[in-house]
Amino acid sequence: MTELSLKAPFVTKVPDAESTGTREREVFLPRDARRRTPLSTLRERLRWPLGIYTTPVAILIAWEILARAGVVSKTYAPAPTAIVRSAADLWQQGVLGPDLAISLQRAGIGLAIGLTVGIVSGVLGGLLRSGEYLFNGLVQVLNTIPLLAVLPLMIVWFGIDELTKVLLISFGAGVPMYLNLFAAIRGVDQRLIEMARTTGAGTWRLVTRVLVPGALPGFLVGLRFSLAYSVLGLVAAETVNADKGLGFLITQGQTYLQTNQVFVGLVIYSLLGLLADQFVRALERVLLRWRPSYEAS
Amino acid sequence: MSSTMATKPRRQTGVVVEQVVRQFGDRVVLDHLDLTIADEELVILLGPSGCGKSTLLRLLAGLDRPDGGRVEVPARRAIVFQADRLLPWQRVLRNVTLGLHGADAEQRARDVLAEVGLAGREKAWPKELSGGEAQRVSLARALVSEPELVLLDEPFAALDAITRLRMHDLVRALRTKHQAAMLLVTHDVDEAIALADRIVVMSNGRIGTSHEVHLTAADREASVAREELRARLLEDLGLAGQH
Repeated sequence: MTELSLKAPFVTKVPDAESTGTREREVFLPRDARRRTPLSTLRERLRWPLGIYTTPVAILIAWEILARAGVVSKTYAPAPTAIVRSAADLWQQGVLGPDLAISLQRAGIGLAIGLTVGIVSGVLGGLLRSGEYLFNGLVQVLNTIPLLAVLPLMIVWFGIDELTKVLLISFGAGVPMYLNLFAAIRGVDQRLIEMARTTGAGTWRLVTRVLVPGALPGFLVGLRFSLAYSVLGLVAAETVNADKGLGFLITQGQTYLQTNQVFVGLVIYSLLGLLADQFVRALERVLLRWRPSYEAS
Repeated sequence: MSSTMATKPRRQTGVVVEQVVRQFGDRVVLDHLDLTIADEELVILLGPSGCGKSTLLRLLAGLDRPDGGRVEVPARRAIVFQADRLLPWQRVLRNVTLGLHGADAEQRARDVLAEVGLAGREKAWPKELSGGEAQRVSLARALVSEPELVLLDEPFAALDAITRLRMHDLVRALRTKHQAAMLLVTHDVDEAIALADRIVVMSNGRIGTSHEVHLTAADREASVAREELRARLLEDLGLAGQH
């Protein structure tokens, strides 16, 4: 975590006694010049010990207290500890593990297909004029169709089996990947491409050293969208029709008024989203070290 | 693209520009322009902004094609642009080896980086360099391919005055090591006098006047001949009496 807090500089206002009194002056001193007492140090430490997690933690604590006090009914929102307990129970009963596995498998296969198609068509479309003519119009049209509206058609075409779920996820992942990758490749600075040509670099060098690294930030944006949309597709596909998986777990919980179980599903979905986000962030830290915004210089 | 080898080359080296025309819409930027540059000659192309200096340079670089006339340049040429145009995602060394092939590419790049005073900075990212350092890397990138012609498009215009003087020293030092014809485009009269073998002034889309400069390094700094040359150049630029 990087320190982003902006500490106010130590400012002393010295009224200019000589003049009319309207000309105020400011004196800047090193921060150390302020007298540091053990008390002030302690106060600085304790001010925001949780950082950005302050509000989530506060909500969790309030929720727990309200649930235990009986203000919030168990069927509306069970206490956070109860949700953790029911997650552990479900795991021990051997329900959660297989459900999670099947969901991850769907997401994995769907992502693999969607990203492959998205990246291949995106690279061809970005690099070649003919590739642009082949793919761009089609994907622009597909992009205007909401992901969830495709589901009924997919059910008609492919039934209610795994194929529909996997294809919905790959549709969700492929379209944003193509669009972002295409824009990223086309967006590489023309002056750098021109420069590379004048150095005598061939097409291979141009692609590997200029276009691919230059398109990387856009690719990672596409990856982030793809992961988010694939989770969306997963939820939609599993909630509509499934006999196993996280979506099934949630639907079942809803049917039997097991709010615990619904919350367990939601928490796992959000953890999946968080993991995906952290994965892309880690990639960015490694791949985009060259970007000025990644460390102050 | 077919115009590249339209006619047989008549010379082996240097630059020959004959009756070149380049227009953008109705605006004729280069109007039957002639220019020759001998081997190892440093020619400075002087002119006000927008007079077609950069257009001519882009024609020589092969980045643009003439609408008429003929341009003949060595195949081995390199360009230093006004902005450093370094690839921000590659370290300094890889920026220099961009157009190089072969096992000794890295060593050659290291040698040239040492020549421009950047030994030990091979692993730096471009964002970590100052403006002067970045421009020296782009100079190294141009020289590493041992070009016969180096084209410099206002290379020091964005640098501060002190850094610019250091870069002038560097260019003079590099000329003794690298045998190449150079064309440097600038609008800075003092820069022209500091570096040139010959100064050509552009006006109305043609080469207006040409001044051979035979001055010693000390005389380029301060001398009567220098002031006379400066006055003549300012007159050519239409600025006589204003300075």
